[in-house]
Amino acid sequence: MADGMVEKRGVGLWFTHLGLIIGVLIIFFPIWLAFVASTVTQPEIVRPPMPLWPGDQFFENYRKALVSGINAPVAKMLFNSFVMAMGIALGKIVISLLSAFAIVYFKFPGRRLFFWLIFLTLMLPVEVRIVPTYEVVAGFGMLNSYSGLIFPLIASATATFLFRQFFMTVPDELAEAARVDGARPMRFFWDILLPMSRTNIAALFVILFIYGWNQYLWPLLITTDPSMNTIVMGIKQMFPSGDDIADWPVIMATSILAMLPPIIVVISMQKLFIRGLVDSEK
Amino acid sequence: MEKRVTFKGWLLPLCLLLPQVVITAVFFFYPAGQAIYQSLFIPDPFGLSMRFVGLGNFEYLLGDPYYRASFLTTAIFSGLVTVVSMGMALYLAVLADRLIKGSGTYRTLLIWPYAVAPAVAGVLWLFMFNTRVGVVSWYLGILGYDWNHVLNETEAMGLVVVASSWGRVSYNFLFFLAGLQAIPKSVIEAAAIDGAHFWTRFRTIVFPLLSPTTFFLLVVNIVYAFFETFGVIHTITSGGPQQATTILVYKVYSDGFVGQDLGSSAAQSVILLIVVGILTIVQFKFIERRVHY
Repeated sequence: MADGMVEKRGVGLWFTHLGLIIGVLIIFFPIWLAFVASTVTQPEIVRPPMPLWPGDQFFENYRKALVSGINAPVAKMLFNSFVMAMGIALGKIVISLLSAFAIVYFKFPGRRLFFWLIFLTLMLPVEVRIVPTYEVVAGFGMLNSYSGLIFPLIASATATFLFRQFFMTVPDELAEAARVDGARPMRFFWDILLPMSRTNIAALFVILFIYGWNQYLWPLLITTDPSMNTIVMGIKQMFPSGDDIADWPVIMATSILAMLPPIIVVISMQKLFIRGLVDSEK
Repeated sequence: MEKRVTFKGWLLPLCLLLPQVVITAVFFFYPAGQAIYQSLFIPDPFGLSMRFVGLGNFEYLLGDPYYRASFLTTAIFSGLVTVVSMGMALYLAVLADRLIKGSGTYRTLLIWPYAVAPAVAGVLWLFMFNTRVGVVSWYLGILGYDWNHVLNETEAMGLVVVASSWGRVSYNFLFFLAGLQAIPKSVIEAAAIDGAHFWTRFRTIVFPLLSPTTFFLLVVNIVYAFFETFGVIHTITSGGPQQATTILVYKVYSDGFVGQDLGSSAAQSVILLIVVGILTIVQFKFIERRVHY
């Protein structure tokens, strides 16, 4: 046991666990509180201190949120978020796979130019160009539409960059063999490259799904119709203006519903998630 | 950087590139170009015509005390978010790395707040510190501290910093733990045999070996604090009180959409564009260097 040299045992080990558990509790506390608030009645919250243990209003509050909500049924907002997140993730993966394939496996005039045009977009998040992008989307009549939510956020090169990196590591012999066999480029792409990219695609999908689901500023600008709100931006819209008291149980039930899908994705696909995270930041 | 084996033809690759090129042109290059173009004009009050002012919008911005204050606010905010989230993450990662068994369990317990959207994190923290119903503010009141982030600028800043750092701890923890586990155990054991205690080993061996991870996280977290925390600010403080939490991205939004001052908003976009450019170059330079290690 060479490890015994450095690893603490006995009391030290307990302190290590204690420190970690305190950290985990601090990280968990806000979510625990939100969950408790989503299971009690409004009077229990507005007369502080609110209880720290769940009440019996779970079904009542979640039913109220999902079916009627405050401005729009939360079920509809969940659906909107799902369409947006899937659209962004799948759309980005498809266009990036195609363009990375073109850039890596073909030599054609203007290749370098396209390469640089695409990679310039790595630099500019949507937050920076909101006003003109809004005008473009409004010009196309895409306000309050799914395409308006999805397309502007697909216009970035992170995924193209990743697939290019991956294609560069694919052995040349495979393309060579395909060419000798007389396989057309798209056959090579479909039968060889795509199956090889499966894990990369899955890892990227996890990251992009969370990215799309958690968008806030863009949906806030272009969905003025409450029935088109996504759940993440819809929560803030549930707060009353002025001095009225917010309907906390319903708002907190909505918050829990808003974080559930991405959390499930992260926990159930932890390996892919970590891989995607590390890849996309390289 | 080039493939030895490539396919022939030019029509097919152009068709393959087309979707990305069209989307990028319409939703990226055209708006970015518009931002630069609009930054050189002032629209008249009725929005009928634009008056060319050259760099006038920029001159005005750089002389505007509110804009300069927003720059300072952004610097303080991103500095604090970076330090708080990285400090907490490093502390937890060092502890988890000391375990022979169980570090995977703690990783599972700690990574998922990453999935919580900044805007949702904002609502959670707003709820805890709400001046009327918040649990934490209520207990602070019992202790004799009158919490009111709606009026107090320092408390407002503290709250948006903590809410922005919270989910970020997960992300930094993941990278720090991976960095720590990549350090060869033999190096640390050698130091232990020489009688170096934990803190000495950490200061003289572990932390220097961790510096590539630390530097990488530094850049990534600053970018995060600059651009992705809009949701936190908008849900908790809406930039207030008295613009105390108006970071640059929030100001682009509030001047462009709430104030309808398009020329100024466009000029601010261009300035942010330059900031992102610099950060990206720093990041790429660093990555190039890391490849040579």
